[in-house]
Amino acid sequence: MTQLASLSSTLLYVAFVLYLIATVFFSGSIKSKKHANQTGKNRWATIAITITIIGFLSQLGYFFTRWMASGHAPVGNLFEFITFFGMMLVGAFIIIYYIYRVHVLGVFALPIALLIIAYSSMFPRELSPLIPALQSHWLAIHVSTVAIGEAILSISFVAGLIYLLKDVDLSKKGKQTFWLEAVLFSLVIVVGFIVTSTSFELAGYEADFTYITPTGEQDVAQFEMPALVTPHEGELQTAGAFVSPINTPAIVDAKTLNSVLWSIAVGTLLYLLIRLITRKSIAALLQPLVRRVNLNLMDEVGYRSVLIGFPVFTLGGLVFAMIWAQIAWTRFWGWDPKEVWALITFLFYAAFLHLRLTRGWEGNRSAWLAVIGFAILMFNLIGVNLIIAGLHSYA
Amino acid sequence: MKELACKCGHVNPEGTELCLSCGRALTKDADSKKTSDVMRYEGMARRSQTYNASIIDKVWNFFSSVKVGVWLILITLIVSAFGTILPQVLFIPPLIPPEVYYEEHYGWFGRIYYMLGFHDLYNSWWYMLFIAAVGISIIVASIDRVVPLYKALKNQRINRHASFMKRQRLFAEKEVADPNQTIAEIKEKLKNKRYRIREEEGHLLAEKGRFARWGPYVNHTGLIIFLIGGLLRFVPGMYVDEILWIREGETMAIPGTDQEYFLESEGFTVDTYNTDEDSEVFNDTIDRVGSIVKNYQTDAILYKREEGGIAGDQRELIEEQRKAIQVNQPLKFDNFAVYQVTYKLDEIRSMSFTMDNKATEKSVGSFDIDLFQPQDVYELDENHKVELMGYYPDFEGFENGEPQSATPVPNNPAFLFNLFSPENPEGEVSFIAIQETLEPLGENDYALSFSGIETHDVSGLTVRKDLTLWILGLGGTIFMIGVIQGSYFNHRRLWLKITEDGKLMAAGHTNKNWFGLKKDIEYSIAGTDLTEITDQFEEKEKKSVALEEKEENDRDSIS
Repeated sequence: MTQLASLSSTLLYVAFVLYLIATVFFSGSIKSKKHANQTGKNRWATIAITITIIGFLSQLGYFFTRWMASGHAPVGNLFEFITFFGMMLVGAFIIIYYIYRVHVLGVFALPIALLIIAYSSMFPRELSPLIPALQSHWLAIHVSTVAIGEAILSISFVAGLIYLLKDVDLSKKGKQTFWLEAVLFSLVIVVGFIVTSTSFELAGYEADFTYITPTGEQDVAQFEMPALVTPHEGELQTAGAFVSPINTPAIVDAKTLNSVLWSIAVGTLLYLLIRLITRKSIAALLQPLVRRVNLNLMDEVGYRSVLIGFPVFTLGGLVFAMIWAQIAWTRFWGWDPKEVWALITFLFYAAFLHLRLTRGWEGNRSAWLAVIGFAILMFNLIGVNLIIAGLHSYA
Repeated sequence: MKELACKCGHVNPEGTELCLSCGRALTKDADSKKTSDVMRYEGMARRSQTYNASIIDKVWNFFSSVKVGVWLILITLIVSAFGTILPQVLFIPPLIPPEVYYEEHYGWFGRIYYMLGFHDLYNSWWYMLFIAAVGISIIVASIDRVVPLYKALKNQRINRHASFMKRQRLFAEKEVADPNQTIAEIKEKLKNKRYRIREEEGHLLAEKGRFARWGPYVNHTGLIIFLIGGLLRFVPGMYVDEILWIREGETMAIPGTDQEYFLESEGFTVDTYNTDEDSEVFNDTIDRVGSIVKNYQTDAILYKREEGGIAGDQRELIEEQRKAIQVNQPLKFDNFAVYQVTYKLDEIRSMSFTMDNKATEKSVGSFDIDLFQPQDVYELDENHKVELMGYYPDFEGFENGEPQSATPVPNNPAFLFNLFSPENPEGEVSFIAIQETLEPLGENDYALSFSGIETHDVSGLTVRKDLTLWILGLGGTIFMIGVIQGSYFNHRRLWLKITEDGKLMAAGHTNKNWFGLKKDIEYSIAGTDLTEITDQFEEKEKKSVALEEKEENDRDSIS
């Protein structure tokens, strides 16, 4: 079993590297002069999609070997769930790729999947046993359907982002230029988090604090990054570790806040560095990649992914969720924050579809909605678990 | 009512945009609108756009608007998000009053949050109002559209006017050798793609997936059924939600069943994972986190009272089933489900005492007090007995010299005893609480001492009956069918027409997925004289892009 578990980790690592290589090939495919429209068959793209599929199979291998090793579907904590989401994003990309054969989609979809998988590995990665509430077949059914739905919906974000990169006139200063750069900046922040987290983990940094919880008890918090803020009435227990004079009130989760501060700091630094070296905004840096994109097709891809993803998300995030909630928590609906945010996601994409179908919101507006939709998805995936406590806080 | 006569002679009801017979645009407004906007409801008159006189018309028109519907959705969405900023009143510790809790924990923000009613948002009348408004909007907007749409699609004419054809996104017009022959060739190929074909005087209409157009109305019906199911919750008898605390060995009537069903607990257990028994792959996590619970379980026996038995009489109980109630494994019977929800470990069940002579330090006897059924007197031998003068299961202190009990649950039992012995035939008074002994009426000759306690576990079970579930399930199923119908299928049409001057004209329309329709048409016309069809939308786009590029190049060459 332990061997199976370590094989599983290796397969995940292999998948990660393969996605990275595939991204390079996809980038090559859109440069090809022969394929001005960036669709159809092309040698670079064929190699790229083949590597992507092998990577996907390898990650499926990770998934099922981990399943065998632990005895339950590996979607039981944040690491497992987010990794699975990343895998399904690649899966959704592969399907959409075979429908439309747009290579440029790979240039953006794969790096985002990579970012997501890297992000997931910042959470505890060991195999963990299931608490009683999760011991049900509905774990595999509900969680995987949600992840697949969210992944397909995320493809609309990828398409929307590509659309906007081409469509928005970056030479003019304006709201669109600003927000587009803001979206890209937030992706750099995620990179900042991954870089910081990994560096301190490799350095083996640890600092223990005793602090007072909101209920007045004493507890110990282990910081894995130097404390820019300390927990409520926190006292350092590890000699020589860095202590900031800024103390947080009891209701703030100082450890999470500390990670967020580090990510923003390092991310901003990275961003400034990029701008300093290239003398261009990130949007402007990426724009050459999308110069030959067919906007209409991109709009269609985005819309299609919402159409395909919305029913899947509804089935997993609301229907299956309600059935399981009735079995495990005695009621199908209880206004738990995660439930509310699933409803919000549902309502948002319902509004998206109505605006598009009957108000004619296509192209640019539709692309922005897809970006907002992805922000809601990410908040539901990460924000709700880390910021708002509720029944879904498993990690 | 005003009527609109078309050039072709057909008379259309007021509000019609495209003639029901030939498809010509009837008004200038309709002519100038985007094709996709006109084609959405087949250019039909809708009630909301025809009448606007009475108040009913105005209300109808308000709720029939998709713009209003989207606003209602967005408002509900934003308000719902607000409700998750701080925990709802449902999730805060039950013993602290909410008005204190929110301010104490979240300061001024908490106070405002509480004052505005966000702490119990989802049960507030105004949240219900938004949901109701969304519901009404769904009903009105659907009826307003589905009726004319149904009529239009049912009575579709095959021969459309050239102006109708020309404005479609996919369009072709070509002189071919034999238009009838070309149409026949295309027809065969369309059949391969499973199009339904109708012909009239040489003109042709090929259609596929019309049922996809009903998807939105089917899913809206499902949503309405779901919302009605949610309302039925408030009808008496439809819904039971009770908590049942049951101790090991106890048999209790199940609340909500009118004393018809009884439950006996044979015991409650909590298991945690451990590194010896469970798979070694979990060792790292267990070491890091500490103990992780594996199972909460109440071993239960369900009894049913015999027909005609007297309510509350436990002698006439018939065993129905035995079940280990676990999380995710509720006990089910007769529309009821009993769930493992919470527990209390080691509640004190009985306490043992010995009565000792202080001088000789010798025990004269011992007795057990069952905390749930204490006796008045405990006889130790012929000469010694103990009278229980007072029992305070949850002792919290004295008030005016009287011991007080906070609750009837034995969390902190205390006793007032009178000890009888040959030396003290009138008795000696002794007050005993945990770690506290008082002799209020002076020094006694005898003392009681704890010799042990017995404990048991208590299971907290939720008893639930919800007769609305099947309605919700039905609504949910219909909703899913409708969503899939509307999203995974699309309504594709191809019109072929022979114009008066003998040319072949083709036009294609779909409600979504133009990519798919184009592929179908390309397949069907390949090898025929009608070699290609133009995407007029893309043409326009290309022209504007070309223009832009030209401008850019010009700019570059100038600079």
